Amino acid sequence: MTSATPAPIVYDSARRGLLFVEEAKALWLYRHLVAELVGRDIKVRYKRSVLGVAWTMLSPLLNMLAMTWVFSLVMRMDVKNFPVYFLTGSIFWAFFAGATSHAASLTIDAAEITKRVYIPRSVFVVSAVGVALVNLCLSLVPLFLIILFTGFPIHASWLFVPVSILIGALFTTGVGLIVFTLASRFVDIKETYLVLVGAWFFVTPIVYTQAMVPERFRFIVRYNPMTYLVEVFRAPLYDGWLPGPKTLAFAALAAISSLAIGWLFYAARIEEYGRGS
Amino acid sequence: MAAEPAVELTGVSLSYRIPKEAVQTFKEYAIRKLQGRIEHGELLALRDATLSIEPGERVGVVGPNGAGKSTLFRVIARVRRPTQGRVVVRGSVAPLLELGLGFHGELTGRENVVLHGAVMGHSRRDMERRMESIAAFAELEAFLDAPLRTYSTGMAARLAFSVATDVDPDILLVDEALSVGDERFQVKCHARMAGFHERGKTFLLVSHSLPEIVANCSRALWISEGRVVQDGPAEAVCAAYHAWAQGGTPA
Repeated sequence: MTSATPAPIVYDSARRGLLFVEEAKALWLYRHLVAELVGRDIKVRYKRSVLGVAWTMLSPLLNMLAMTWVFSLVMRMDVKNFPVYFLTGSIFWAFFAGATSHAASLTIDAAEITKRVYIPRSVFVVSAVGVALVNLCLSLVPLFLIILFTGFPIHASWLFVPVSILIGALFTTGVGLIVFTLASRFVDIKETYLVLVGAWFFVTPIVYTQAMVPERFRFIVRYNPMTYLVEVFRAPLYDGWLPGPKTLAFAALAAISSLAIGWLFYAARIEEYGRGS
Repeated sequence: MAAEPAVELTGVSLSYRIPKEAVQTFKEYAIRKLQGRIEHGELLALRDATLSIEPGERVGVVGPNGAGKSTLFRVIARVRRPTQGRVVVRGSVAPLLELGLGFHGELTGRENVVLHGAVMGHSRRDMERRMESIAAFAELEAFLDAPLRTYSTGMAARLAFSVATDVDPDILLVDEALSVGDERFQVKCHARMAGFHERGKTFLLVSHSLPEIVANCSRALWISEGRVVQDGPAEAVCAAYHAWAQGGTPA
């Protein structure tokens, strides 16, 4: 007699190890589901829209044109090659904001599925980050086109970008886990978070530079972890050099703390929050 | 063969928390927390259930609405952890799910099969290997690449049944969904369930159709108000339940 499963799987409700370890093991067991959820999102998205993949590349460009019009041409802000400066910040922001708010909206799917079958809910957060990663990679194409078009030189520092993205993805996963866990319990979290993210965008140097912030307000930007994460992504692309060691250290610290706090919070609370009020 | 039980429940209770006034928003929650006004009612859906199911047993579950039948399945499928007591399940568990559950109707039948398999922990490669036999059993080869939204209810149910039984779990949980498709397809379902049993697999069926329980199960549990009130041969338990349902005599 051959069974599909090699080793007998034993579930014992009385045996509970450390929750954050158990949840990590469960996520690994369901890694195929993460891949399928990412694939599903991408497929559904591109099947429905006529422009398909092109839209993912066009929307940051339209956004860039509008922002360049407002900040560079109308308000005449003095930033060297504003389109590239803005675009490097905004596509990274779109990745972060897109992944975390998508994670919050997946709580409905998660509740529907986990009512009937066991799956670790973290798969939804990780897949939301995965979808956003695919979109980020797609939007790198127009970014490179704009860089070349505006006569920016090609830099060896571009090779650092995958590291920047990895650090950004870790930070995003941590925030996504917290938002997802809270949104699983409270219906108003998603809306509240969207408002917060909207404000957070403006206290992060994306449409302006750090140097433009008056000294007495600069602490706001300095205590904002996204400042460092954006900088780590932007420096190799826009400035053509590697991010400074201090910036890099702050970004890495923010990423690791976010992931650790997010994972611990998720593991400790999801069972209670996931089953509703 | 003195194998260990496939499913073992020892003094299992499960209570659902029902907030007296449902607090759904964080704002309200924070305000009430400050005022110390968070109260919960408890609904005991399962009370001190103790039972043991051997590998290869076919067990039917009967009882009135709200008796705790689905809750019993939830603790076995580890959807909910018991409030008290202990659940031990040996082997892979697959509930028979509705297809398209939480998934997208735009995706084709084939994509849904893969996604469905992933929910049960199977890889894409594994599901693609099974695709042909899944489609053949469901008799949907011609529709596999059509979006799921174009399927009729019966077609979707046939595909779901085919997926859940093809991945060959050790323990299959069926909640009110064994009789899918038309009469001819139901005959096929029953034949497949018989084969499932011959291979020593465990099968649990919740149904309001007593003939279906008697036809498919050797043993039955009668659940009422969260307790297992009777556990024995399917025919005897179904007869007793039927008599109670008709005349209202207690168990």
